[in-house]
Amino acid sequence: MTQSALLRTPLYDLHQELGAKLVEFAGYEMPVQYPLGVKKEHLHTRSAAGLFDVSHMGQVKLSGAKAAQALEKLVPVDIVDLPQMRQRYALFTNEEGGVLDDLMVTNAGDFLFLVVNAACKEQDIAHLQNHLEDECNIEVLSDRALLALQGPQAARIMAQLAPESAQMVFMTAKWLQLDGIECFVTRSGYSGEDGFEISVPAKQAEHLARVLLTDDDVQMIGLGARDSLRLEAGLCLYGHELSTEITPVEASLNWALSKARRADGIRPGGYLGDKTIMQQLAQGVSRKRVGIQALGKMPVRDPAELFDAGNNLIGFVSSGGFGPSVNAPIAIGFVSTELAVNGTRLFAKVRNKLVEVEVVGLPFIQANYYRGN
Amino acid sequence: MSQIKYSAEHEWVQDNGDGTVLIGITDFAQQQLGDLVFVELPEVGDSISKGEEISVIESVKAASDLFAPVDGTIVEVNESLDDEPELINEDAMANWIIKVELSDASDLDDLMDEDAYQALTEEEA
Repeated sequence: MTQSALLRTPLYDLHQELGAKLVEFAGYEMPVQYPLGVKKEHLHTRSAAGLFDVSHMGQVKLSGAKAAQALEKLVPVDIVDLPQMRQRYALFTNEEGGVLDDLMVTNAGDFLFLVVNAACKEQDIAHLQNHLEDECNIEVLSDRALLALQGPQAARIMAQLAPESAQMVFMTAKWLQLDGIECFVTRSGYSGEDGFEISVPAKQAEHLARVLLTDDDVQMIGLGARDSLRLEAGLCLYGHELSTEITPVEASLNWALSKARRADGIRPGGYLGDKTIMQQLAQGVSRKRVGIQALGKMPVRDPAELFDAGNNLIGFVSSGGFGPSVNAPIAIGFVSTELAVNGTRLFAKVRNKLVEVEVVGLPFIQANYYRGN
Repeated sequence: MSQIKYSAEHEWVQDNGDGTVLIGITDFAQQQLGDLVFVELPEVGDSISKGEEISVIESVKAASDLFAPVDGTIVEVNESLDDEPELINEDAMANWIIKVELSDASDLDDLMDEDAYQALTEEEA
Protein backbone atom coordinates (compact mmCIF):
# COMPACT_ATOMS: atom_id res chain seq x y z
CA MET A 1 0.00 0.00 0.00
CA THR A 2 1.22 3.46 -0.82
CA GLN A 3 -1.30 5.31 1.34
CA SER A 4 0.12 6.40 4.63
CA ALA A 5 -3.22 6.71 6.40
CA LEU A 6 -5.21 3.54 6.90
CA LEU A 7 -8.62 3.32 5.31
CA ARG A 8 -11.72 2.60 7.36
CA THR A 9 -14.92 0.81 6.45
CA PRO A 10 -18.36 2.33 7.17
CA LEU A 11 -18.54 0.04 10.23
CA TYR A 12 -15.40 1.44 11.86
CA ASP A 13 -17.28 3.24 14.66
CA LEU A 14 -19.35 0.14 15.37
CA HIS A 15 -16.21 -2.01 15.60
CA GLN A 16 -14.77 0.40 18.13
CA GLU A 17 -18.00 0.52 20.10
CA LEU A 18 -18.06 -3.29 20.24
CA GLY A 19 -14.51 -3.42 21.60
CA ALA A 20 -12.81 -4.82 18.51
CA LYS A 21 -9.06 -5.16 18.38
CA LEU A 22 -8.18 -3.35 15.17
CA VAL A 23 -5.21 -4.20 12.99
CA GLU A 24 -3.86 -3.11 9.62
CA PHE A 25 -5.07 -5.39 6.85
CA ALA A 26 -4.73 -4.64 3.14
CA GLY A 27 -4.46 -0.94 3.89
CA TYR A 28 -7.55 -0.91 6.12
CA GLU A 29 -7.97 -0.70 9.85
CA MET A 30 -9.92 -3.91 10.40
CA PRO A 31 -11.23 -5.87 13.39
CA VAL A 32 -9.10 -8.97 13.94
CA GLN A 33 -11.22 -10.04 16.91
CA TYR A 34 -13.84 -8.81 19.37
CA PRO A 35 -13.88 -9.38 23.15
CA LEU A 36 -15.29 -12.89 22.60
CA GLY A 37 -11.94 -13.98 21.10
CA VAL A 38 -11.03 -15.85 17.92
CA LYS A 39 -11.89 -19.34 19.14
CA LYS A 40 -15.34 -18.51 20.50
CA GLU A 41 -16.10 -16.32 17.47
CA HIS A 42 -15.22 -19.25 15.24
CA LEU A 43 -17.36 -21.71 17.19
CA HIS A 44 -20.23 -19.22 17.37
CA THR A 45 -20.26 -18.95 13.57
CA ARG A 46 -20.43 -22.73 13.26
CA SER A 47 -23.23 -23.07 15.83
CA ALA A 48 -25.31 -19.89 15.36
CA ALA A 49 -24.45 -16.92 13.14
CA GLY A 50 -21.47 -14.65 12.65
CA LEU A 51 -21.59 -11.20 11.10
CA PHE A 52 -18.47 -10.15 9.21
CA ASP A 53 -17.54 -6.74 7.88
CA VAL A 54 -15.97 -7.47 4.51
CA SER A 55 -16.40 -3.96 3.18
CA HIS A 56 -12.68 -3.76 2.48
CA MET A 57 -13.20 -6.14 -0.43
CA GLY A 58 -13.71 -4.61 -3.85
CA GLN A 59 -17.15 -4.47 -5.46
CA VAL A 60 -17.12 -3.85 -9.17
CA LYS A 61 -19.91 -3.51 -11.70
CA LEU A 62 -19.26 -4.54 -15.31
CA SER A 63 -21.94 -3.46 -17.76
CA GLY A 64 -22.51 -3.34 -21.49
CA ALA A 65 -23.86 -5.83 -23.99
CA LYS A 66 -20.53 -7.64 -24.28
CA ALA A 67 -19.47 -7.59 -20.62
CA ALA A 68 -19.72 -11.36 -20.10
CA GLN A 69 -17.85 -12.14 -23.32
CA ALA A 70 -15.19 -9.61 -22.39
CA LEU A 71 -14.69 -10.96 -18.88
CA GLU A 72 -14.12 -14.44 -20.31
CA LYS A 73 -10.80 -13.12 -21.69
CA LEU A 74 -9.54 -12.82 -18.11
CA VAL A 75 -11.03 -15.87 -16.35
CA PRO A 76 -11.10 -19.61 -17.25
CA VAL A 77 -14.75 -19.66 -16.25
CA ASP A 78 -18.05 -19.72 -18.09
CA ILE A 79 -19.51 -16.22 -17.72
CA VAL A 80 -21.46 -16.01 -21.00
CA ASP A 81 -23.82 -18.79 -19.95
CA LEU A 82 -23.96 -17.85 -16.28
CA PRO A 83 -27.72 -17.74 -15.65
CA GLN A 84 -29.31 -14.58 -14.36
CA MET A 85 -29.01 -14.15 -10.58
CA ARG A 86 -26.47 -16.96 -10.37
CA GLN A 87 -23.02 -16.59 -8.91
CA ARG A 88 -19.77 -18.32 -9.83
CA TYR A 89 -16.28 -18.56 -8.33
CA ALA A 90 -13.65 -17.31 -10.77
CA LEU A 91 -9.93 -16.60 -11.06
CA PHE A 92 -8.04 -13.86 -12.83
CA THR A 93 -5.14 -15.63 -14.55
CA ASN A 94 -1.97 -14.17 -16.04
CA GLU A 95 -0.11 -15.03 -19.25
CA GLU A 96 1.78 -17.82 -17.46
CA GLY A 97 -1.36 -19.44 -16.10
CA GLY A 98 -0.71 -18.13 -12.58
CA VAL A 99 -3.43 -16.52 -10.51
CA LEU A 100 -3.72 -12.75 -10.06
CA ASP A 101 -6.71 -13.01 -7.72
CA ASP A 102 -9.81 -15.05 -7.04
CA LEU A 103 -13.21 -13.44 -7.23
CA MET A 104 -16.96 -14.00 -7.21
CA VAL A 105 -18.98 -13.11 -10.30
CA THR A 106 -22.75 -12.72 -10.25
CA ASN A 107 -24.96 -12.19 -13.27
CA ALA A 108 -27.20 -9.44 -11.90
CA GLY A 109 -29.25 -9.21 -15.11
CA ASP A 110 -28.17 -5.93 -16.67
CA PHE A 111 -24.67 -6.07 -15.22
CA LEU A 112 -22.04 -8.39 -13.76
CA PHE A 113 -21.33 -7.93 -10.08
CA LEU A 114 -17.74 -8.78 -9.08
CA VAL A 115 -16.31 -9.12 -5.58
CA VAL A 116 -12.51 -9.13 -5.42
CA ASN A 117 -9.98 -9.35 -2.60
CA ALA A 118 -9.08 -6.21 -0.67
CA ALA A 119 -5.33 -6.67 -1.08
CA CYS A 120 -5.66 -7.10 -4.85
CA LYS A 121 -8.47 -4.71 -5.69
CA GLU A 122 -6.43 -1.83 -7.11
CA GLN A 123 -4.44 -4.23 -9.25
CA ASP A 124 -7.66 -6.05 -10.30
CA ILE A 125 -9.37 -2.83 -11.32
CA ALA A 126 -6.32 -1.80 -13.35
CA HIS A 127 -6.30 -5.27 -14.94
CA LEU A 128 -9.98 -4.94 -15.90
CA GLN A 129 -9.41 -1.45 -17.28
CA ASN A 130 -6.34 -2.50 -19.28
CA HIS A 131 -8.09 -5.38 -20.96
CA LEU A 132 -11.78 -4.57 -21.05
CA GLU A 133 -12.19 -0.80 -21.10
CA ASP A 134 -13.09 -0.75 -24.79
CA GLU A 135 -15.69 -3.47 -24.45
CA CYS A 136 -17.62 -2.68 -21.29
CA ASN A 137 -18.16 -0.16 -18.54
CA ILE A 138 -16.21 -0.74 -15.38
CA GLU A 139 -17.56 0.91 -12.29
CA VAL A 140 -16.04 0.52 -8.85
CA LEU A 141 -18.83 0.52 -6.29
CA SER A 142 -16.91 2.39 -3.63
CA ASP A 143 -20.12 3.69 -2.07
CA ARG A 144 -21.20 0.22 -1.00
CA ALA A 145 -20.30 -1.82 2.07
CA LEU A 146 -20.30 -5.62 2.22
CA LEU A 147 -21.52 -7.70 5.14
CA ALA A 148 -21.44 -11.48 5.45
CA LEU A 149 -23.86 -13.32 7.69
CA GLN A 150 -22.68 -16.90 8.09
CA GLY A 151 -23.80 -19.91 10.07
CA PRO A 152 -26.72 -22.28 10.62
CA GLN A 153 -28.97 -19.50 11.95
CA ALA A 154 -28.25 -17.14 9.03
CA ALA A 155 -31.23 -18.35 6.97
CA ARG A 156 -33.70 -17.88 9.86
CA ILE A 157 -32.40 -14.38 10.57
CA MET A 158 -32.52 -13.33 6.92
CA ALA A 159 -36.01 -14.79 6.48
CA GLN A 160 -37.26 -12.56 9.28
CA LEU A 161 -36.06 -9.49 7.40
CA ALA A 162 -36.92 -10.73 3.91
CA PRO A 163 -39.05 -13.92 3.70
CA GLU A 164 -38.18 -14.39 0.00
CA SER A 165 -34.54 -15.03 0.98
CA ALA A 166 -35.68 -18.54 1.96
CA GLN A 167 -36.06 -19.38 -1.75
CA MET A 168 -32.41 -18.68 -2.42
CA VAL A 169 -29.99 -21.58 -2.73
CA PHE A 170 -26.19 -21.60 -2.60
CA MET A 171 -24.61 -19.31 -5.23
CA THR A 172 -27.76 -17.45 -6.19
CA ALA A 173 -28.54 -13.74 -5.84
CA LYS A 174 -31.53 -11.49 -5.15
CA TRP A 175 -32.30 -7.85 -4.56
CA LEU A 176 -33.84 -7.76 -1.09
CA GLN A 177 -35.30 -5.03 1.08
CA LEU A 178 -33.68 -5.48 4.47
CA ASP A 179 -35.31 -3.18 7.03
CA GLY A 180 -36.21 -0.86 4.17
CA ILE A 181 -32.72 -0.87 2.67
CA GLU A 182 -32.33 -2.18 -0.86
CA CYS A 183 -29.49 -4.70 -0.81
CA PHE A 184 -27.93 -7.00 -3.37
CA VAL A 185 -27.68 -10.34 -1.60
CA THR A 186 -25.98 -13.58 -2.59
CA ARG A 187 -26.31 -16.88 -0.74
CA SER A 188 -22.61 -17.52 -0.34
CA GLY A 189 -19.67 -16.80 1.88
CA TYR A 190 -16.26 -18.09 2.80
CA SER A 191 -16.77 -19.94 6.07
CA GLY A 192 -18.04 -23.32 4.85
CA GLU A 193 -21.41 -22.51 6.40
CA ASP A 194 -24.72 -21.59 4.86
CA GLY A 195 -24.91 -17.83 4.73
CA PHE A 196 -25.34 -14.61 2.81
CA GLU A 197 -23.19 -11.78 1.53
CA ILE A 198 -25.00 -8.48 1.57
CA SER A 199 -23.95 -5.55 -0.57
CA VAL A 200 -25.48 -2.49 1.10
CA PRO A 201 -25.17 1.25 0.49
CA ALA A 202 -22.29 2.46 2.68
CA LYS A 203 -24.46 5.02 4.46
CA GLN A 204 -26.92 2.36 5.63
CA ALA A 205 -24.39 -0.35 6.48
CA GLU A 206 -24.11 0.47 10.17
CA HIS A 207 -27.89 0.57 10.55
CA LEU A 208 -28.23 -2.83 8.87
CA ALA A 209 -25.44 -4.33 10.98
CA ARG A 210 -27.18 -3.07 14.14
CA VAL A 211 -30.49 -4.58 13.00
CA LEU A 212 -28.80 -7.95 12.42
CA LEU A 213 -27.04 -7.72 15.79
CA THR A 214 -30.37 -7.36 17.63
CA ASP A 215 -30.84 -11.09 17.08
CA ASP A 216 -29.39 -12.99 20.05
CA ASP A 217 -27.80 -15.52 17.70
CA VAL A 218 -25.66 -12.92 15.90
CA GLN A 219 -22.15 -11.96 16.99
CA MET A 220 -19.67 -9.77 15.14
CA ILE A 221 -16.73 -11.89 13.97
CA GLY A 222 -13.23 -10.64 13.17
CA LEU A 223 -10.62 -11.51 10.58
CA GLY A 224 -8.94 -14.00 12.92
CA ALA A 225 -11.93 -16.33 12.96
CA ARG A 226 -12.67 -15.60 9.31
CA ASP A 227 -9.29 -17.11 8.50
CA SER A 228 -9.66 -20.20 10.72
CA LEU A 229 -13.17 -20.81 9.33
CA ARG A 230 -11.99 -20.70 5.72
CA LEU A 231 -8.99 -22.88 6.58
CA GLU A 232 -11.26 -25.58 8.05
CA ALA A 233 -13.48 -25.21 4.98
CA GLY A 234 -10.42 -25.93 2.81
CA LEU A 235 -10.86 -22.73 0.82
CA CYS A 236 -8.01 -20.96 -0.94
CA LEU A 237 -6.73 -17.61 0.26
CA TYR A 238 -4.95 -15.28 -2.11
CA GLY A 239 -1.30 -14.88 -1.15
CA HIS A 240 -1.31 -18.33 0.43
CA GLU A 241 -2.87 -21.00 -1.82
CA LEU A 242 -3.11 -18.70 -4.83
CA SER A 243 -0.43 -16.52 -6.38
CA THR A 244 1.13 -15.68 -9.70
CA GLU A 245 3.45 -18.65 -9.06
CA ILE A 246 0.61 -21.15 -8.59
CA THR A 247 -1.81 -22.23 -11.32
CA PRO A 248 -5.46 -23.17 -10.67
CA VAL A 249 -4.66 -26.81 -11.58
CA GLU A 250 -1.87 -26.92 -9.00
CA ALA A 251 -4.26 -25.34 -6.48
CA SER A 252 -6.66 -28.27 -7.10
CA LEU A 253 -9.28 -25.86 -8.42
CA ASN A 254 -10.16 -27.94 -11.50
CA TRP A 255 -13.81 -27.78 -10.41
CA ALA A 256 -13.66 -24.01 -10.95
CA LEU A 257 -12.42 -24.37 -14.54
CA SER A 258 -15.70 -24.45 -16.45
CA LYS A 259 -16.30 -27.26 -18.97
CA ALA A 260 -17.23 -24.70 -21.64
CA ARG A 261 -13.76 -23.17 -21.47
CA ARG A 262 -11.78 -26.42 -21.60
CA ALA A 263 -10.13 -27.95 -24.67
CA ASP A 264 -13.25 -29.95 -25.52
CA GLY A 265 -15.70 -27.24 -24.46
CA ILE A 266 -17.86 -24.96 -26.58
CA ARG A 267 -15.65 -21.90 -25.98
CA PRO A 268 -12.23 -23.41 -25.30
CA GLY A 269 -9.41 -21.21 -24.00
CA GLY A 270 -9.33 -17.56 -24.96
CA TYR A 271 -8.19 -16.40 -21.51
CA LEU A 272 -4.76 -15.37 -20.28
CA GLY A 273 -2.54 -18.39 -19.65
CA ASP A 274 -4.96 -20.74 -21.42
CA LYS A 275 -2.22 -22.82 -23.07
CA THR A 276 -0.51 -23.61 -19.78
CA ILE A 277 -3.73 -24.38 -17.96
CA MET A 278 -5.16 -26.58 -20.73
CA GLN A 279 -1.85 -28.43 -20.99
CA GLN A 280 -1.83 -29.00 -17.23
CA LEU A 281 -5.42 -30.24 -17.34
CA ALA A 282 -4.43 -32.74 -20.02
CA GLN A 283 -1.06 -33.83 -18.68
CA GLY A 284 -1.27 -33.22 -14.97
CA VAL A 285 0.94 -31.13 -12.71
CA SER A 286 4.00 -31.91 -10.62
CA ARG A 287 2.56 -30.52 -7.38
CA LYS A 288 -0.91 -30.24 -5.92
CA ARG A 289 -2.76 -28.58 -3.07
CA VAL A 290 -3.76 -30.95 -0.25
CA GLY A 291 -4.98 -30.93 3.33
CA ILE A 292 -2.33 -31.46 6.01
CA GLN A 293 -3.18 -32.84 9.43
CA ALA A 294 -0.52 -32.51 12.12
CA LEU A 295 -0.32 -35.74 14.07
CA GLY A 296 0.76 -34.07 17.30
CA LYS A 297 -0.69 -31.05 19.02
CA MET A 298 1.78 -28.52 17.68
CA PRO A 299 0.33 -26.24 15.00
CA VAL A 300 2.14 -26.34 11.67
CA ARG A 301 2.00 -22.91 10.09
CA ASP A 302 2.98 -21.42 6.76
CA PRO A 303 5.54 -21.30 5.24
CA ALA A 304 6.86 -24.50 6.87
CA GLU A 305 8.73 -26.75 4.44
CA LEU A 306 7.51 -30.30 3.92
CA PHE A 307 9.79 -33.32 3.62
CA ASP A 308 9.26 -36.97 2.74
CA ALA A 309 10.54 -39.89 4.82
CA GLY A 310 13.84 -39.72 2.93
CA ASN A 311 14.32 -36.09 4.04
CA ASN A 312 13.72 -34.71 0.54
CA LEU A 313 12.05 -31.30 0.30
CA ILE A 314 8.74 -32.06 -1.42
CA GLY A 315 6.52 -29.08 -0.67
CA PHE A 316 5.42 -26.36 1.69
CA VAL A 317 2.59 -25.36 3.98
CA SER A 318 0.58 -22.49 2.46
CA SER A 319 -1.79 -21.87 5.42
CA GLY A 320 -1.73 -23.45 8.83
CA GLY A 321 -3.04 -22.99 12.31
CA PHE A 322 -5.53 -24.44 14.69
CA GLY A 323 -9.05 -25.44 13.71
CA PRO A 324 -11.33 -24.71 16.65
CA SER A 325 -14.15 -26.91 15.25
CA VAL A 326 -11.94 -29.88 14.47
CA ASN A 327 -10.07 -29.08 17.71
CA ALA A 328 -6.71 -29.88 16.16
CA PRO A 329 -3.89 -28.26 14.25
CA ILE A 330 -4.69 -28.19 10.53
CA ALA A 331 -3.00 -26.86 7.43
CA ILE A 332 -3.18 -26.62 3.67
CA GLY A 333 -0.07 -27.17 1.60
CA PHE A 334 1.42 -28.07 -1.74
CA VAL A 335 3.18 -31.40 -2.24
CA SER A 336 4.63 -33.39 -5.14
CA THR A 337 1.73 -34.99 -6.99
CA GLU A 338 2.87 -38.55 -6.28
CA LEU A 339 2.61 -37.78 -2.55
CA ALA A 340 -0.78 -36.04 -2.82
CA VAL A 341 -2.52 -39.18 -1.64
CA ASN A 342 -4.60 -39.28 1.54
CA GLY A 343 -2.78 -41.04 4.34
CA THR A 344 0.73 -40.20 3.10
CA ARG A 345 2.99 -39.44 6.06
CA LEU A 346 5.25 -36.42 5.69
CA PHE A 347 7.31 -34.16 7.93
CA ALA A 348 6.93 -30.42 8.42
CA LYS A 349 9.88 -28.39 9.61
CA VAL A 350 8.72 -26.31 12.56
CA ARG A 351 11.37 -24.26 14.36
CA ASN A 352 14.05 -26.56 12.94
CA LYS A 353 12.36 -29.70 14.22
CA LEU A 354 10.58 -32.23 12.04
CA VAL A 355 6.94 -32.79 12.99
CA GLU A 356 5.02 -35.71 11.53
CA VAL A 357 1.98 -34.79 9.43
CA GLU A 358 -0.43 -36.66 7.19
CA VAL A 359 -1.96 -35.77 3.84
CA VAL A 360 -5.74 -35.64 4.23
CA GLY A 361 -8.70 -34.73 2.07
CA LEU A 362 -10.19 -31.24 2.13
CA PRO A 363 -12.30 -29.79 3.66
CA PHE A 364 -11.65 -30.44 7.35
CA ILE A 365 -15.31 -29.84 8.16
CA GLN A 366 -18.31 -30.75 6.07
CA ALA A 367 -19.65 -27.73 4.20
CA ASN A 368 -23.21 -26.78 5.14
CA TYR A 369 -24.18 -24.89 2.00
CA TYR A 370 -27.91 -24.77 1.33
CA ARG A 371 -28.62 -26.32 -2.05
CA GLY A 372 -32.37 -26.70 -1.67
CA ASN A 373 -34.49 -29.58 -0.43
CA MET B 1 5.44 -15.39 51.75
CA SER B 2 6.08 -15.87 48.08
CA GLN B 3 6.99 -12.91 45.99
CA ILE B 4 6.12 -12.31 42.34
CA LYS B 5 8.28 -10.38 39.93
CA TYR B 6 7.92 -9.60 36.25
CA SER B 7 10.05 -9.48 33.12
CA ALA B 8 9.76 -6.98 30.28
CA GLU B 9 8.81 -9.94 28.05
CA HIS B 10 5.65 -10.46 30.15
CA GLU B 11 6.69 -13.46 32.21
CA TRP B 12 5.94 -13.65 35.92
CA VAL B 13 8.42 -15.28 38.29
CA GLN B 14 7.29 -16.50 41.68
CA ASP B 15 10.05 -17.01 44.27
CA ASN B 16 9.30 -20.17 46.21
CA GLY B 17 11.93 -19.21 48.81
CA ASP B 18 13.82 -22.52 48.42
CA GLY B 19 16.04 -21.63 45.49
CA THR B 20 13.32 -22.45 42.96
CA VAL B 21 10.90 -20.25 41.05
CA LEU B 22 7.71 -20.84 39.09
CA ILE B 23 7.49 -19.08 35.72
CA GLY B 24 4.38 -18.28 33.77
CA ILE B 25 3.07 -15.59 31.44
CA THR B 26 1.16 -12.60 32.72
CA ASP B 27 -2.51 -11.91 32.31
CA PHE B 28 -1.57 -9.03 30.01
CA ALA B 29 0.37 -11.48 27.83
CA GLN B 30 -2.43 -14.04 27.65
CA GLN B 31 -4.86 -11.29 26.66
CA GLN B 32 -2.53 -10.13 23.92
CA LEU B 33 -2.06 -13.67 22.62
CA GLY B 34 -5.71 -14.65 22.70
CA ASP B 35 -6.99 -18.23 22.81
CA LEU B 36 -4.07 -20.54 23.47
CA VAL B 37 -4.05 -23.86 21.66
CA PHE B 38 -0.58 -25.23 22.37
CA VAL B 39 2.26 -24.79 24.83
CA GLU B 40 5.52 -26.43 23.82
CA LEU B 41 6.93 -27.55 27.16
CA PRO B 42 10.73 -27.72 27.46
CA GLU B 43 12.50 -30.76 28.90
CA VAL B 44 13.07 -31.23 32.61
CA GLY B 45 16.82 -31.02 33.22
CA ASP B 46 17.44 -28.40 30.52
CA SER B 47 19.58 -25.45 31.56
CA ILE B 48 18.25 -22.09 30.61
CA SER B 49 19.87 -18.70 30.43
CA LYS B 50 18.35 -15.25 30.58
CA GLY B 51 16.87 -13.99 27.34
CA GLU B 52 16.94 -17.39 25.67
CA GLU B 53 13.81 -18.78 23.98
CA ILE B 54 12.71 -21.73 26.07
CA SER B 55 9.18 -22.49 24.98
CA VAL B 56 6.66 -21.60 22.34
CA ILE B 57 3.14 -20.59 23.15
CA GLU B 58 0.68 -20.80 20.29
CA SER B 59 -2.70 -19.15 19.92
CA VAL B 60 -5.19 -19.84 17.14
CA LYS B 61 -3.45 -17.23 15.02
CA ALA B 62 0.22 -17.11 15.95
CA ALA B 63 3.22 -18.58 17.72
CA SER B 64 5.05 -16.56 20.40
CA ASP B 65 8.24 -17.30 22.28
CA LEU B 66 8.64 -17.63 26.02
CA PHE B 67 11.98 -16.15 27.07
CA ALA B 68 13.92 -17.28 30.12
CA PRO B 69 13.74 -14.49 32.71
CA VAL B 70 16.49 -16.07 34.86
CA ASP B 71 19.45 -18.48 34.61
CA GLY B 72 18.88 -21.96 35.99
CA THR B 73 17.77 -25.53 35.42
CA ILE B 74 14.26 -26.70 34.66
CA VAL B 75 13.16 -29.03 37.43
CA GLU B 76 9.49 -29.43 36.53
CA VAL B 77 7.06 -28.55 33.74
CA ASN B 78 3.32 -28.07 34.12
CA GLU B 79 2.09 -31.08 32.17
CA SER B 80 -1.57 -30.16 32.58
CA LEU B 81 -0.93 -27.50 29.89
CA ASP B 82 -0.29 -30.31 27.43
CA ASP B 83 -3.97 -31.13 27.34
CA GLU B 84 -5.38 -27.81 28.46
CA PRO B 85 -3.33 -24.84 27.25
CA GLU B 86 -6.48 -22.75 27.76
CA LEU B 87 -5.87 -22.92 31.51
CA ILE B 88 -3.51 -19.97 30.96
CA ASN B 89 -6.34 -17.97 29.40
CA GLU B 90 -8.54 -18.83 32.36
CA ASP B 91 -6.00 -17.84 35.01
CA ALA B 92 -2.54 -16.88 33.80
CA MET B 93 -1.16 -16.21 37.29
CA ALA B 94 -2.28 -19.55 38.71
CA ASN B 95 -1.04 -21.70 35.86
CA TRP B 96 2.73 -21.75 35.84
CA ILE B 97 4.60 -23.22 32.86
CA ILE B 98 7.99 -24.26 34.27
CA LYS B 99 9.66 -24.62 37.65
CA VAL B 100 13.32 -23.56 37.63
CA GLU B 101 16.14 -24.02 40.11
CA LEU B 102 17.98 -20.70 40.12
CA SER B 103 21.71 -20.56 39.37
CA ASP B 104 21.92 -17.15 40.95
CA ALA B 105 19.20 -15.84 43.24
CA SER B 106 20.27 -12.27 42.53
CA ASP B 107 18.69 -12.64 39.06
CA LEU B 108 15.40 -11.84 40.76
CA ASP B 109 16.66 -8.39 41.68
CA ASP B 110 16.84 -7.51 37.99
CA LEU B 111 13.14 -8.16 37.47
CA MET B 112 10.31 -5.65 37.89
CA ASP B 113 7.99 -5.39 40.84
CA GLU B 114 4.26 -5.20 40.28
CA ASP B 115 4.11 -1.39 40.10
CA ALA B 116 6.88 -1.18 37.52
CA TYR B 117 5.25 -3.93 35.48
CA GLN B 118 1.86 -2.20 35.65
CA ALA B 119 3.47 0.95 34.30
CA LEU B 120 5.02 -1.05 31.46
CA THR B 121 1.75 -2.65 30.41
CA GLU B 122 -0.06 0.69 30.51
CA GLU B 123 2.58 2.02 28.17
CA GLU B 124 2.27 -0.94 25.81
CA ALA B 125 -1.53 -1.23 25.88
